[in-house]
Amino acid sequence: MSIEINLDSFKTTKPHEYAIRFLFGGLVTATTGLIAKKFGPTVAGLFLAFPAIFPASATLIAKHEKERKQKAGYDGTRRGRAAAAADATGTSLGCLALLVFALIVWRILTTWSPWLVLPVAAITWAGTAILLWHLRRKF
Amino acid sequence: MTMRDIILRFFIGGTVVSFFAILGDIFRPKTFAGLFGAAPSVALATLGLTIASHGRAYAAAEARSMLAGAAAFFFYVCIVSFVLMRYRPPTWKPTLGFMPVWFIAAFGLWALFLR
Repeated sequence: MSIEINLDSFKTTKPHEYAIRFLFGGLVTATTGLIAKKFGPTVAGLFLAFPAIFPASATLIAKHEKERKQKAGYDGTRRGRAAAAADATGTSLGCLALLVFALIVWRILTTWSPWLVLPVAAITWAGTAILLWHLRRKF
Repeated sequence: MTMRDIILRFFIGGTVVSFFAILGDIFRPKTFAGLFGAAPSVALATLGLTIASHGRAYAAAEARSMLAGAAAFFFYVCIVSFVLMRYRPPTWKPTLGFMPVWFIAAFGLWALFLR
């Protein structure tokens, strides 16, 4: 299966579902700053890889897939849960790429220009994640 | 950290996380879209502000700890993925129920290697 872009999700995702993810993302980012102030950077750094919105996103995927199947006249419960499982599998590959992101920032931030480090690390995250996804599909 | 800093972090974090969540919504197949569930969204939102306020060495120390957080995220999501595939429970149950795995793994790795 090739990679596709499906803009129908803009129709199926409700405003409150966007708001929930914005809220969780904002709360985790603000809380990480407060943890850094209270406990220092080594504890706060853990929360840079906190699964902030994964539970909400996976649950929404299952719900949307179920609704899509129900519109076609099926129950859709099992299909929804299978879609969430597939999403989680992809997220596990993204986590390995996240390790590469953290490694790059840690190793080069003190020597490279900081405004170059984050884009380089982000591009490397994307490249690693896509590479791992292709390798998993192949083998 | 002032209230202004907290509010700024909240809005930047919410925006960056939402951006990656939208990318996860629009891509198919779902295994590919799932990659964005582990995008460095909180890190991208936070590290720029941290560099500006505390300097590069401080942000690098956060990135070093992020390695433990990312490894913990990997353990957590592998367990969630296995349970979802094997037993097909309602999605919210394993995604929230196994969250302690992240805390135990992250703080365990922190205590072993980073403290």
